Amino acid sequence: MNKLTITAGDNNDLIMTRSFDAPRDLVFKAFTTPELIKRWLFGPPGWEMTECAIDLRVGGKYRYAWSNIDGSSMGMGGEYREINKPEKIVSTEKFDQAWYEGEAIGTLTLTEANGKTTAVTKVQYGSKETRDNVLKSPMESGVAAGYDRLEEVLASL
Amino acid sequence: MDMNPSERLNATFFALADPTRRAILARLADGEASVVELTRPFGISQPAISKHLKVLENAGLISRGRDQQRRPGKLEAKPLGEVADWLEKYRQYWDLNYRRLDILLDELQSLEKKTKSKKR
Repeated sequence: MNKLTITAGDNNDLIMTRSFDAPRDLVFKAFTTPELIKRWLFGPPGWEMTECAIDLRVGGKYRYAWSNIDGSSMGMGGEYREINKPEKIVSTEKFDQAWYEGEAIGTLTLTEANGKTTAVTKVQYGSKETRDNVLKSPMESGVAAGYDRLEEVLASL
Repeated sequence: MDMNPSERLNATFFALADPTRRAILARLADGEASVVELTRPFGISQPAISKHLKVLENAGLISRGRDQQRRPGKLEAKPLGEVADWLEKYRQYWDLNYRRLDILLDELQSLEKKTKSKKR
């Protein structure tokens, strides 16, 4: 089983890395073809993908939506900024009920070696202004608890 | 001003993005330490350490002691716990998706092989 790693980058971003036992062209296809995306990009358990539209060109838009069995729905979408098939896609992304301000910028990079393809997804959250505002505001101090998860967290960063 | 959870998460991530700040947190996990005490192992100036401590304090990752002279930094575990929870949920979610993608890619590859052998 190929392992998924998630790390926090230097620029308010999150970086996810995962390898697949498949050639790059195929992985690129699976990441950019609506019929294929619908077969793997599910929501959390209990959710199904109900909408997947892709206009794969610079300036083109994409939109994904999911529904829950209880009837609630969530959606996200954005615009392609850069497409370099089959290596790299840069796009904006924003959830309908965004829990962060502004748009996030997502970068998908695919590299192939020895028949394996490594997908690196970088998502940069929030604008610089938002981040600076966040840093300026004082915040409630946390309540001291055990440090049991510290090592785990630091190791994952 | 109180931050909402996502703002707090942003501040925490920003604070954690710097390797020196992570090293300071690791040091504080062993116990409280003053600016002077932190300056020694990191080989950077006191103002630089103070600046890092300020970012960590703003993110709620540490608190500062009342002693005006030493103001020792002390680790606060709650925000780190929130980051850990969030990262874990995020990881689980993507792990499930990618496992499905593994199966799909296998299927597509065996389909391709079949098509090729048919053509021959």
